[in-house]
Amino acid sequence: MSMPLLSLITFLPLAAAVLLIFFPKDRKRLLYGFALGVTVAVFAASLILYFGFDSAAAGPQFVERTAWLGFGIQYHVGVDGISLFLVLLTTFLLPLVLLSSWSYIRERIKEYLIFMLLLETGILGVFLSLNLFLFYVFWEAALIPMYFLIGIWGGKRRVYATMKFVLFTMAGSLLMLAAIFTLSSLFFKATGTYSLNVFDQARMVLNPRLQTWLFLAFGLAFAIKVPMFPFHTWLPDAHVEAPTGASILLAAVLLKMGSYGFLRFAIPLFPDAVERFLPVLSVLCLIGIIYGGLMALIQKDIKSLVAYSSVSHMGLVMLAVFSLNVEGTLGAIYQMLNHGLSTGALFLAVGILYERAHTRLIRDFGGVSKQMPVFSAFFLIAVLSSAGLPGLNGFIGEITCLYGVFAANKVYAALAVTTLILGAAYLLWMFQRVMQGPVTNEKILSFPDMSWREIACFAPIVVLMFWMGIAPRAFTGKMDASVTAYVHRIKGRERVFVQKAVPSPVSFRLDAEERLPR
Amino acid sequence: MRDLFWLIPFPPAASALALILFGRFLSRKWVTIQACGSVLVSFLLSIFSFAGLFGSAGESLPWIKILSPWIKAGAFGADFGFQFDPLSAVMVLVVTGVGLLIHVYSVGYMAHDKGYTRYFAYLNLFMFAMLLLVLASNMVLMFVGWEGVGLCSYLLIGFWFERKSASAAGKKAFIVNRIGDAGFLLGLLFLLTIVGSSDFTAINGAVRGGTIGGGLATLIALLLFVGATGKSAQIPLYIWLPDAMEGPTPVSALIHAATMVTAGVYMVARLNVLFGASGSAGDVVAIIGAATAVFAATMALTQNDIKRVLAYSTISQLGYMFLGCGVGAYAAGVFHLATHAFFKSLLFLSAGSVIHALSGEQDMRKMGGLRKYLPRTYPPFLVGAIAISGVPFLSGFFSKDAILTSAFAQGKTILWALGLAGAIMTAFYMFRLIFMTFHGPERISEEAKSHLHESPKVMTVPLAILAVFSIIAGYVGLPAILGEKADLFRRFLAPVISPAAEARALSIGAEGLLILASAGAAFLGIFVAYLFYIRSPHLPQALADRLPFVHKLLYNKYYVDEAVGAVVIRPLIRGSDLVYSGFDLKVIDGAINGSAAAAGFFGKALSFLQTGFVKDYAFAFLLGVALILGVFLF
Repeated sequence: MSMPLLSLITFLPLAAAVLLIFFPKDRKRLLYGFALGVTVAVFAASLILYFGFDSAAAGPQFVERTAWLGFGIQYHVGVDGISLFLVLLTTFLLPLVLLSSWSYIRERIKEYLIFMLLLETGILGVFLSLNLFLFYVFWEAALIPMYFLIGIWGGKRRVYATMKFVLFTMAGSLLMLAAIFTLSSLFFKATGTYSLNVFDQARMVLNPRLQTWLFLAFGLAFAIKVPMFPFHTWLPDAHVEAPTGASILLAAVLLKMGSYGFLRFAIPLFPDAVERFLPVLSVLCLIGIIYGGLMALIQKDIKSLVAYSSVSHMGLVMLAVFSLNVEGTLGAIYQMLNHGLSTGALFLAVGILYERAHTRLIRDFGGVSKQMPVFSAFFLIAVLSSAGLPGLNGFIGEITCLYGVFAANKVYAALAVTTLILGAAYLLWMFQRVMQGPVTNEKILSFPDMSWREIACFAPIVVLMFWMGIAPRAFTGKMDASVTAYVHRIKGRERVFVQKAVPSPVSFRLDAEERLPR
Repeated sequence: MRDLFWLIPFPPAASALALILFGRFLSRKWVTIQACGSVLVSFLLSIFSFAGLFGSAGESLPWIKILSPWIKAGAFGADFGFQFDPLSAVMVLVVTGVGLLIHVYSVGYMAHDKGYTRYFAYLNLFMFAMLLLVLASNMVLMFVGWEGVGLCSYLLIGFWFERKSASAAGKKAFIVNRIGDAGFLLGLLFLLTIVGSSDFTAINGAVRGGTIGGGLATLIALLLFVGATGKSAQIPLYIWLPDAMEGPTPVSALIHAATMVTAGVYMVARLNVLFGASGSAGDVVAIIGAATAVFAATMALTQNDIKRVLAYSTISQLGYMFLGCGVGAYAAGVFHLATHAFFKSLLFLSAGSVIHALSGEQDMRKMGGLRKYLPRTYPPFLVGAIAISGVPFLSGFFSKDAILTSAFAQGKTILWALGLAGAIMTAFYMFRLIFMTFHGPERISEEAKSHLHESPKVMTVPLAILAVFSIIAGYVGLPAILGEKADLFRRFLAPVISPAAEARALSIGAEGLLILASAGAAFLGIFVAYLFYIRSPHLPQALADRLPFVHKLLYNKYYVDEAVGAVVIRPLIRGSDLVYSGFDLKVIDGAINGSAAAAGFFGKALSFLQTGFVKDYAFAFLLGVALILGVFLF
């Protein structure tokens, strides 16, 4: 690659954020125009990735690699079938999120846009990093803008929510950093060289005790981010307090950092530990699916309802991840994208309601459909996408996930299909109470229907929902090779090549023609 | 026509899309032409395809058309594939034929509704989903149609969503159906993982080749049947259908009587090879069917809402179809599906005409003597009632008798007796309805009477056409007593129905007696209704007073809805509420807040170490790292 495309995509938002500092803070149109322009440009650049992506190649593409801090710490980025669409989801949503904030964010617009752009850089870095330390840097970097977005533009209990958010995530990530250092030194002890390249690291076979501890360190960080039961309680609070734009990104993309972390790091690096913990992890996922669904059923605030629906949906994603087969893994990635779109759209819808009613409590609404027919159609499509209705994206993800889970364990699948029932129940009940029935609140009679700006935010998501539901192969075709290789790697680990005869915590697995990294 | 059959679902799809996107710019006239015209095109395509089946003797069935691959993920895959064979032919003819008449009827019925365009958009969308369901060549694509019709049902039940009862009924229908679908999906996953495909031809091949058999076949068949109990309103998932009457009456006729609710029957018939391979799955289907047939009929006996009577009647008649399939008489089950589509949509549309005439009144206690006011509605309504009651020489007689005869022939005497009892009740409640509505003294309110008018031609002509079919449709499936070749319908379906699954023949004498019994049941029911509601109108009240418990139980539909609320829904909500406040907020967050408080406490206790925030962080951080590194490395 002659042009450093990935770096361009990653750091263009950062550069724009720096430039924004020098903009006058009261020129709203200019500020938005600039930020929107940059994010659209980033999206356009990321489309080059899509079209230039070689579907047949399993390994990372568009790779850039340069020395950075030494000790195996390199600037090493690349995109493969697992990360490609997460990158695209991020770049696709950012302009829409900014557009949706136009009327919601009334003060400190400049700072808001700066943090949004910083957030984009952080998220993209997470999905593109192939070096463990680099990954960690972006992982933490993505946390900071979100902290400010909720803390400054959030609701009444924003301080509590941000503290909880930060405490939960920091607790996880510090242990992960320690684990990364440990891996680095283990690698050095085994080979005499430093490498934090994830693919090099994945070839190191650690003894079971080490794997267990290191897996727990990584796994905790990721499980909190997903969030998996019982680490989920930060999510409803963060969502309820966050401004619409931050909520969309939090649900649509930030949570995926957790599930992506399992796919990219925790599982390939510690496959034996994963296998050992599989029953526990799967049961936690199942609890998440059912528990999240039941909690969503009884929420009074629409936003926390959607937050609990995320717990349920991400439970299915993680259960599919832990099926450790091609179908489950593909389904999980697909469902991550679906969840990004459907939950993003749901939060967008809640935001549209909130801007009119200044409340998110279900009981304050009723009969809105009559007043806002266009919005009603969009909202219903988002609801149905989230409920996995065939013809829309959610169905493809759900059935593929369930196929993978079923192939791995039929009992798990039998319990997981309850998501079909619960999903329909909490979503349609909410839709009925908010949108249908008689108009209960006089204020509703003055609600204007969606503006063109709001339609422009919502419509691209809806188009994508249909597209992903009808032509999934445009997406799965690009994931296939990487996912197959990924499953092959973790399943084929019995071919262990012991590097040293002396008792060591470390050995290496190698394919016949492969060499140890130098 | 072989190459064009797959086009059948698409005209209504295109129309629906256009109506949804551009409906607000279209004139009412154009909406009418487009919505009805698209269904007409599908109907014509169906007729041509049906005719094509006769010209293709010797060609292998089914015709298959794969448009493109759809899903591909590892070993899991599905195509956009369509297939056509005699079973599909029957279904598309019924769906597009009845669908067309109901579209036309709706032009009159919905003429004054503000949501005219939206109504036809949903109705067209329904046609697409239903046709997809019956033409799909694999079960994943069929599931798209299966849930698609559920969505349209949801949208149309809740069409007048400003009414709380309508929106609640729509939601209930969707959720109850989802319970069935969860079972269906598990069955589908079994097939997908074992067969490696969900193509019907592949599934049949796997069953015939012995890959699936015995207990596994039973398990899969029953899981799929759970889906059928939801969609086709059988025990225990029937509870959504009576509420579904909140939708406009033509919708009740099309979706909740003639087509969508028969999807479960279609699915069982489509997979007859699988159901036949399992010994006991068929028995379960037959028992559930017979039980539902009788159970729902008892509830229809005492209802006063004209549409609710018909709703319970539909549940009951669907039970007969499953009884037929369950005893191996798939052709008879599908035959009853077809005849029922005619006479039940006729009944619903006639009831709609009555309701329309009475400005929305649905309570039969406020009707009576309408015969002379509605001269063009009464005769077709009567024809429908005679047909469903099983009076000889009309369609319902032949199809119901075929099912009961097969049940008897299979040695399921108890199920046969249940079916016969249901038949008596059917005749009774239908003629109770006729007598209460059209005969006897007028009990119409002054308000309704001042607007009383016969419906326009656009509504009554479809009634006349359906009435004709309700009379003659039975003659394609004459009983075996008239000769081995008399049952054209069964012979037409023979390529689709596995021969081993068919019922064995009875002696002519036995069959003659069974036919007499069926006919007798119909006349007995009608006679009792005449006795109760014309000759001695005080009898129903007297009987209710003598058996207050039974009457209350039936009148309140066995309190099933109340029981579901008390045993399932409320405990679920309360339990979740308790867990939410008890576990999520107290235990988990309590632990977090507690540890934060503890940290605060230790922080204070150790505050003499405190020099500044950043250093603290960095120090703790490094300490931790060093500690962990130490544990592992040294």
